[in-house]
Amino acid sequence: MTGFLLRRLLYLVCLVIVSTSVAYLLAATQLNPRARYEGRNPPPPAAVVDATLDSLNMNDKVPVLTRFGRWGSGLLRGDLGRTIDNQAVNAEIGRRMWVSLRLVLIASIVGTILGVAAGAYGAVKQYRLSDRTLTVFSFVILSIPAVVLGVLFKNAGIGLNNVLGFKLLYTTGEFTPGVDPWTAAGIANRLAHLALPSLVLIVIAIAFYGRYQRNAMLDVLGSDFLRTARAKGLSRSRALIRHGLRTALIPMATFFAYEFALLFVGATFTERLFGWHGMGEYFVESVTKNDVNSVAGVTLFVAVLVLIAGFLSDLAYAALDPRVRV
Amino acid sequence: MTTTPDALEPDGHPAAGFQTATASGSGLQPAVEAVEREATSRLQLVWRRFLRQRLALFGLALVVLLFALAYLSPFVSPWRYNQLDFNAFLEPPGGSHWFGTTQNGFDVFSLTMRGMQKSLVIGLIGALMATTLAATVGAFAGYFGGVINTALVTLIDLLMVLPAFLIIAILSPSFRGHTWLIFVVLLAAFQWMVTARIVRGMTLSLREREFVHAARFMGVPGWQIIFRHILPNMASLLIIDATINVSSLILAEVGLSFFGFGVQPPDVSLGTLIGDYAGAALTFPWEFYFPAGFLIVLVLAINLVGDGLRDAFDPNTQGRAS
Repeated sequence: MTGFLLRRLLYLVCLVIVSTSVAYLLAATQLNPRARYEGRNPPPPAAVVDATLDSLNMNDKVPVLTRFGRWGSGLLRGDLGRTIDNQAVNAEIGRRMWVSLRLVLIASIVGTILGVAAGAYGAVKQYRLSDRTLTVFSFVILSIPAVVLGVLFKNAGIGLNNVLGFKLLYTTGEFTPGVDPWTAAGIANRLAHLALPSLVLIVIAIAFYGRYQRNAMLDVLGSDFLRTARAKGLSRSRALIRHGLRTALIPMATFFAYEFALLFVGATFTERLFGWHGMGEYFVESVTKNDVNSVAGVTLFVAVLVLIAGFLSDLAYAALDPRVRV
Repeated sequence: MTTTPDALEPDGHPAAGFQTATASGSGLQPAVEAVEREATSRLQLVWRRFLRQRLALFGLALVVLLFALAYLSPFVSPWRYNQLDFNAFLEPPGGSHWFGTTQNGFDVFSLTMRGMQKSLVIGLIGALMATTLAATVGAFAGYFGGVINTALVTLIDLLMVLPAFLIIAILSPSFRGHTWLIFVVLLAAFQWMVTARIVRGMTLSLREREFVHAARFMGVPGWQIIFRHILPNMASLLIIDATINVSSLILAEVGLSFFGFGVQPPDVSLGTLIGDYAGAALTFPWEFYFPAGFLIVLVLAINLVGDGLRDAFDPNTQGRAS
């Protein structure tokens, strides 16, 4: 068992190394950091551009493998290099991951719980009005891209503010600069910023989990063990929750594991639309800014989290479902 | 992406397997005939079940209608998608500009239709590629095992770890000015892994079935067994997967094009339109809501068809449709 786990771990580490290397090499050959400096007005002298790019390890005149070697040896020391604006990639990720977490955490918890509850309820009340409503809701929401949904909510919030005549909900940023975050007013300010993007994420989570939980619950509802639980005298609700819902949660463990591990990755579209400077925004900016080291850093970060998620979901399965213990 | 592995078990239609096995015992020619006859009759059955679902039919009609609209409207509309009207900037819908105009004087109706053409083509071609790739890779990995299996599974794992969005974004400058087909290939290249895993799992169990053994002992080469006996047995999964892929690819295109990593100007897609005019949604709503509305209706319609197909192929999962 230990040998199996160790070999598995080694395999996962190899995957991370290969995928990060692929991302680095692609970024280093395809992106053009030079353009960012040469495009400045007035254009800096070529020697200055070269020197700056050299110090960032992004000079395209240096062979790509040399740059890769330098980057790799930095990585071994735990240093992901500098961004194109000469900040440490480590610090950038270290700052942004918490921004993403602050954006996503509440929405994920609320959305998941509501979605699971709604899905389970819908399955129990199959074909009733409440079930039909949930199904249609999930179906429609899952057909709308997150971008469009975000714009709709943002504009609805602005509309609400206009109707009220004062700014109840904010649509840009995490908090108003200058407000002390540790006072009641500061917390209220943060919540007013958080409300709209959270709502977008919650609606999507309810649609997603509602749909899958409903299917998982329907599979369980007809099973013999549930009938046995009823036959031995459990009340309907007790049997449904203790025996039904608990079993129906097992297939969902994978989703939970991924959601949990990817909390730090944030939500690309929501962050962009609502002006949060989290990992999702970093994702996009690293490419638009031709920021080679950031691209590689973000890839490494995401790859590690995805693999942790996979590992967590295996563990969760083993813990919840005795049949899969190997 | 949303295909549940348990929705379709490989043992769903033993009749098809048996028929194939017995027929292939009596020579090659009858085998082909038998497979074809079986396929048509089963298809007819599925088609009849599909026709019974009004919502799915409605979705199909809608898809056909949108398809026709996207490709036929340029013949009717007075404006081209790349044509500027210097007498109408930011005009609300009305007159000869049915959906209004943009700040440059582009006709929103023509833009939307052109965008829908692109989205449809990207979705259809990409889905076909992704599902074909998934079926081939999954079946080869499952059937041959050994080194091939290890290599293909590693490839699948690797592609799942790589952030697709980032990789396509990095490569987007390289298909600027080139054909958008490269973009479709890239989209499809990151869309097939989950299905390939499911196909591999199903192949592992199908491989041990009698009709596959029979074919193998008669000396039918592996690749032929895969394409003639194994993949036809998962036709339902693959058809459903392809349908769902169409809508997920359209959505993926929107996401990438929103950031400028997808379809490149001067070409337009629903994604680039949504990205360009999201900021104008409050002030000049027609610029945003027409492309966004058509996108939502299109994806909804395709998803309705996908759900209907799932129920038609596998009546046991009744109630999964809306």
